[in-house]
Amino acid sequence: MAKRVGMEVSIAAAEAVKQANTDIVAAYPITPQTHIVEHLSELVNNGELDAEFIPVESEHSAMSVCAGGAAVGARTFTCTSSQGLILMSEIVYAASSLRLPMLMILANRSLNSPLSIWNDHSDVMAIRDCGWIQVFADNGQEVYDHVFVGYRVAEDRNVLTPFIVNLDGFILTHVIEPIEMIEQEVVDRYLPPYQPLHRLHPDRPVTMGCFGPPILFTEAKKAQDEAMNKTMPHILQAWQEFGDLTGRYYHPVETHETEGAKIIVVTQGALGETASVGIEHMREHNEAVGLVKIRLWRPFPFDEFRKAVKGAELVVVMDRAISYGGPGGPLAGEVRAALYPEESHPRVVNFIIGLGGRDVSPGDFVEMIQQAKVKPGEWYEIHGVRE
Amino acid sequence: MDRYLDRLNVYASRLVSQKEYFVPGHRACQGCAEALALRLVAKALGRNNVIACATGCMEIVSSPLPLTSWEVPWIHVAFDNTAAVASGIEAGLKVLMRKGRIPKQRINVMGMAGDGGTSDIGLQALSGALERGHNMIYVCFDNEAYMNTGIQRSSSTPFGASTTTSPAGTVVPGQTTWKKNMPEIAAAHNIPYVATACASYPFDLMEKVKKASDIEGPAYIHILSVCPTGWRIPPQSAIHAGRLAVETGFFPLYEVEKGKYRLSVDLPTLRPIEEYLKIQGRFRHLTAEMIDEIQQRVHEEYRKLQKKVEMTNQG
Repeated sequence: MAKRVGMEVSIAAAEAVKQANTDIVAAYPITPQTHIVEHLSELVNNGELDAEFIPVESEHSAMSVCAGGAAVGARTFTCTSSQGLILMSEIVYAASSLRLPMLMILANRSLNSPLSIWNDHSDVMAIRDCGWIQVFADNGQEVYDHVFVGYRVAEDRNVLTPFIVNLDGFILTHVIEPIEMIEQEVVDRYLPPYQPLHRLHPDRPVTMGCFGPPILFTEAKKAQDEAMNKTMPHILQAWQEFGDLTGRYYHPVETHETEGAKIIVVTQGALGETASVGIEHMREHNEAVGLVKIRLWRPFPFDEFRKAVKGAELVVVMDRAISYGGPGGPLAGEVRAALYPEESHPRVVNFIIGLGGRDVSPGDFVEMIQQAKVKPGEWYEIHGVRE
Repeated sequence: MDRYLDRLNVYASRLVSQKEYFVPGHRACQGCAEALALRLVAKALGRNNVIACATGCMEIVSSPLPLTSWEVPWIHVAFDNTAAVASGIEAGLKVLMRKGRIPKQRINVMGMAGDGGTSDIGLQALSGALERGHNMIYVCFDNEAYMNTGIQRSSSTPFGASTTTSPAGTVVPGQTTWKKNMPEIAAAHNIPYVATACASYPFDLMEKVKKASDIEGPAYIHILSVCPTGWRIPPQSAIHAGRLAVETGFFPLYEVEKGKYRLSVDLPTLRPIEEYLKIQGRFRHLTAEMIDEIQQRVHEEYRKLQKKVEMTNQG
């Protein structure tokens, strides 16, 4: 039987990386990611995980070590936050274009300046178009589970695309939650050792990372775009099989109280759980409010999202990042793009909240929803600014 | 025959493998001594070799999609991270062999980059890899500027050289700084093997590469790679220029093996630096005073090196 254990989410994430029998862990310390790598280094040094732990001199090298390791066929892992992600971003793009499967846990944190170690989604939004599959976790269990799902999807020969699991820094990384641990035998069944299609090995030499002259570059990029768009059925399949083994079924978007809802709130990550409390309160007061949580960020689940908000008159999008000079937050931009082709689409009002660790309460959601009712569609506001 | 090619009798040509791993058809410039050095390095390392290559001349000339010049497994990821990519390859092969997922065998891992990719943008990744002690060879092909992007200066460009970003102007006469001493920086990491080499001394170069691959732990080889295009010399002068670099003491050939220095070509007298400078268009503008300044610096550096040889071989 699967055990239910109370543990810090970072520790649970590291335990999952161990259970996935990861071959290489390469990481550089950055708050709030540290507990994950600290625990992994303990697991390696105590002989509980047979892996190479590479304490690199920068996040840029962490991603580069993972690229080299994945290219020889090793299962590689890194995790980072904020500035670390931005520093490694050059290689983040290269890894997906080289079609190297690997897993990254991203403990979401704001970007300088001013320096802030606290949570928002500015880091991941800066690499939105990096060609990795990206999911947001609502809670610790989802983080733990998506280590297995992430490797399974990334290493699928129909996919061969790296995978990011986003979890909110501190809000998730540093809290203790009940985690249902999967038995090793079940993990092994779900996630067999990685069998690369090609690997760097003298017995069958391959050249990887060629230089692309203009005559072929566009074709290479088209192939990558098509490959990303074709990942969806394989992601759904991996979630389905995971659900069959564990009883926990995941979907690209999760809905809560959307039945007959005229107002729908859209969130990503841990905010969803807070939002649901506010929404339940409004439901008790007979307000037809529902919640849609975007779990799968890339590839964006356009069809599933449109289905989830069907019938709504007002969509209130909660972003934890700013697109300076743009339409508000990046999630709102995506939501508007998804709804624009519809014949009649709801008004999309956007709030930017929870920047740099600013607390967001269930009451804030109630307040924002009331405000949104009277705002035009192109409107956005940074909520909760102190006077 | 050059008297410094005295090892030729040991390396009769038939003893050097005919097999090429960096094969003809690549797009390097005429007379490129970097391509020649790379060919010799690949030959010396042989079949069981995996290469991580930085962005640069050797990368673009050897891998225009869908062609490749490589008969050994090879990867390019970016400009600044070759040593880290090689670290990942080394770690990956090691762990996969340990876990029985690939057969146990000796596979050499090599990281390669130019002087920009090594002494400038890739220095941090290299320092990290050397410090962590990965069992790999790192080869710097030093042509003394960013030749691939059009001859811009690097920290490895010698004093006085005119490049497109250190032009010989009316006020500033070319490169104003002295060449960064990369082999010494590598040696300061206390790694088991550091060497300098030049394709003008092919057997010495191959011997060092073989030695580096036999040694456990990181090895660093710095190869002066004459670039006729960037140095403004005729293509047929590349080998000659490399010899002069060594014979003038401008680029001494030496090894640092477990901390012990040894000169590979010990010259009783150094040829005047002017002989080396005057054949190159990039030094055409130098005044007699500047040449004199360079001469003094070359002698000083050479004496320092000789002292290190003495000091580390006592007792």
